[in-house]
Amino acid sequence: MRFVDEFRDPALARKLIAEIHALADRPMAFMEFCGGHTHAIMQSGIRQLMPETVRLLSGPGCPVCVTSQRDIDQTIALSQLPEGIIATFGDMVRVPGTALTLQEAAAEGADVRIVYSPLDAVKLAQETPEKQIIFLGVGFETTAPGVAASVLQAAALDVKNYSVFSMHKYTPPGMRAIMEMGEIRIDGVIGPGHVSAIIGLDGWAFLPQEYAMPVVVSGFEPVDILLAIRALVKQAANKTAQAENAYNRSVTKGGNRAALKIMGQVFKMGAADWRGFGILPESGMDFQPAYRAYDARVRFAVPDTPSQEPPGCRCGEVLRGIIEPPACSLYGKACTPDRPKGPCMVSDEGACSAFYLYQGF
Amino acid sequence: MCLAVPAKILSIDGLQAEVEFGGIRRTISVQLLPEAKTGDYVLVHTGFAISIVDPEEAAITLDMLRQIESLDPLPPDDAHPLKTEQD
Repeated sequence: MRFVDEFRDPALARKLIAEIHALADRPMAFMEFCGGHTHAIMQSGIRQLMPETVRLLSGPGCPVCVTSQRDIDQTIALSQLPEGIIATFGDMVRVPGTALTLQEAAAEGADVRIVYSPLDAVKLAQETPEKQIIFLGVGFETTAPGVAASVLQAAALDVKNYSVFSMHKYTPPGMRAIMEMGEIRIDGVIGPGHVSAIIGLDGWAFLPQEYAMPVVVSGFEPVDILLAIRALVKQAANKTAQAENAYNRSVTKGGNRAALKIMGQVFKMGAADWRGFGILPESGMDFQPAYRAYDARVRFAVPDTPSQEPPGCRCGEVLRGIIEPPACSLYGKACTPDRPKGPCMVSDEGACSAFYLYQGF
Repeated sequence: MCLAVPAKILSIDGLQAEVEFGGIRRTISVQLLPEAKTGDYVLVHTGFAISIVDPEEAAITLDMLRQIESLDPLPPDDAHPLKTEQD
């Protein structure tokens, strides 16, 4: 596939690996914010190809993983509405709530549909006017503009039985929380490529400006990731802190203005509860007043029962980069991709599933 | 969740576009990327084009990499250091 295969060229990867070995003359650690990067790094074996001096830590960039237990429980409570149909991306159905998963709720009779696009959920609402279609809005800036567009489409087509339960989050506040907590020592950040396609390289300028922390935005093929690591190693060696773009073919300085505009039309900043972090101010996407009619949190009285994270699950610490998945006593024993206990083992972007799938037990 | 795949735009009709991903055709929305044109490669995420893939920038990156002189520390028989057989 064009723009994929070229960036998997082993000859180019070898050159970059050699340069990284030559340049990394002292210990350094980099955090890949994005769970997609964690999976790509584990899958391609990049961790094993790094010199002993270079450590890679996975970060909080897995939207399903950072969703709070309370939000998970509320989505399951919504699935119990007799007139409701839950429409969701696939990852969400297997995340254990306090009592059960959405998949288990479906087995007990709830109507849960997996969709590829939020527009499919609007279509479902048109086709089933007697039902309430509740779309589970999970994701960062990559995903939220499309969900916002689905709300605009529902409004334009006067589809009244469509709503969104927004658990959307902005990525920079998550990274800022890592910096403010100061629990881990890192020398640079691998910036999320597809979030940055929307927010632009400028979305990360605060890292060098406020924290003297280098950041390099990266694509998802092995050569892309190696390019970003090389740039971070160079910055660490030269003691510079800049926001660099190693994904020029898809990311611009200012990002995607049209997508940002649509996202801002429907959503505004509000406080959000992140697994592992707690409440982070101005980190979540609430509805703008003009589109409150499409807010499932407003439309339905969602029961709020006490939530409890899975006992023993250390997903929150994995998301903060404090521990690697094998440090959790559940990992690979009580918790596997087939029978996950926590969201980091469920999601295609979770660090626990990446370790389990590509590194083995 | 943030997975996005490059696809080529075959045709555009209003806010919708017909695209091809390595042989598979699909209808997507270009509402988030109004500047997209037929023939462009775009990143597609959850049914939406979110970014144009710039062939010139891709070529600049690849040319720069090809010009690096190899300092290869890996044994010559290890032709494929990366595991890319999956996906």
